[in-house]
Amino acid sequence: MLDAGLLWAVYGGLMIGAAAALFFWLNGRIAGISGIFGDLLFERRHGHWPWRLTFLVGLALGYLAIRVWRPELGEFQLQTGPVGMVIAGLLVGYGTRMGNGCTSGHGICGIARLSPRSFAATGTFMLVAILTVALLRHSGVFA
Amino acid sequence: MRPLVALGCGTLFGAGLTLSGMTDPARVLGFLDVLGAWDPTLALVMAAALAVSLPAFQWVRRHPRPLLDSQYFVMERTDVDADLLIGAVLFGVGWGIAGLCPGPAIATVVSGSPEILLFVASMAAGIGVRHWQSRASGSG
Repeated sequence: MLDAGLLWAVYGGLMIGAAAALFFWLNGRIAGISGIFGDLLFERRHGHWPWRLTFLVGLALGYLAIRVWRPELGEFQLQTGPVGMVIAGLLVGYGTRMGNGCTSGHGICGIARLSPRSFAATGTFMLVAILTVALLRHSGVFA
Repeated sequence: MRPLVALGCGTLFGAGLTLSGMTDPARVLGFLDVLGAWDPTLALVMAAALAVSLPAFQWVRRHPRPLLDSQYFVMERTDVDADLLIGAVLFGVGWGIAGLCPGPAIATVVSGSPEILLFVASMAAGIGVRHWQSRASGSG
């Protein structure tokens, strides 16, 4: 039997998959958050900013809704300090635009589309993230 | 109508991320830390999400167009190029450092944590550098 956290993980995962599927079915768009955020900030030529903005506002509303309903599910523990946050943020921003997607666009939508690029990207960032954590936590170099 | 659909889908997405624990960097790094006390949560979230999105995307593509627009907006390229892989490597390093990817970071930006704000601002700066570069080189 799954413990409570793992059961929530399944429900949450189903909701994420349903959100991506509905967005594709109705609007024909990929729920790729790095792309939506980046294009909202830097690609305003075609008047697409309203749906990009409302999607991102929705993300925060969804977080707040769960936090109001079950405060313990909205808790989080940061894993690095301000310097780590700046370095990580720069890498995540630059890398996801260079590689055309992140965990949502490649990992959820791209794999659902059976896109070879998304399989390659998802495998790569998963593996590199695992190696990064191994290096930071277990190599003794950064401890 | 399309902004309303986006609001609804974004809300469902953000609620799913939070419910599943993916807005907690400790759980994300717990999954990525295969040499430590491994936390399988993220794998379960991915599997559950794909159990819905995979059949749904295949079904949607059998229709000539989405319900509320004239075409699908997807990357039709299938070639795996250096930019894709190098970008994924850089993203992977950043994800491994903070345990944050764009969705959870933007969802929790309203939590009041200054560190999350710092992360999102840095992410915007990183995206800006990339946009400026590709515009300067004429490819974007």
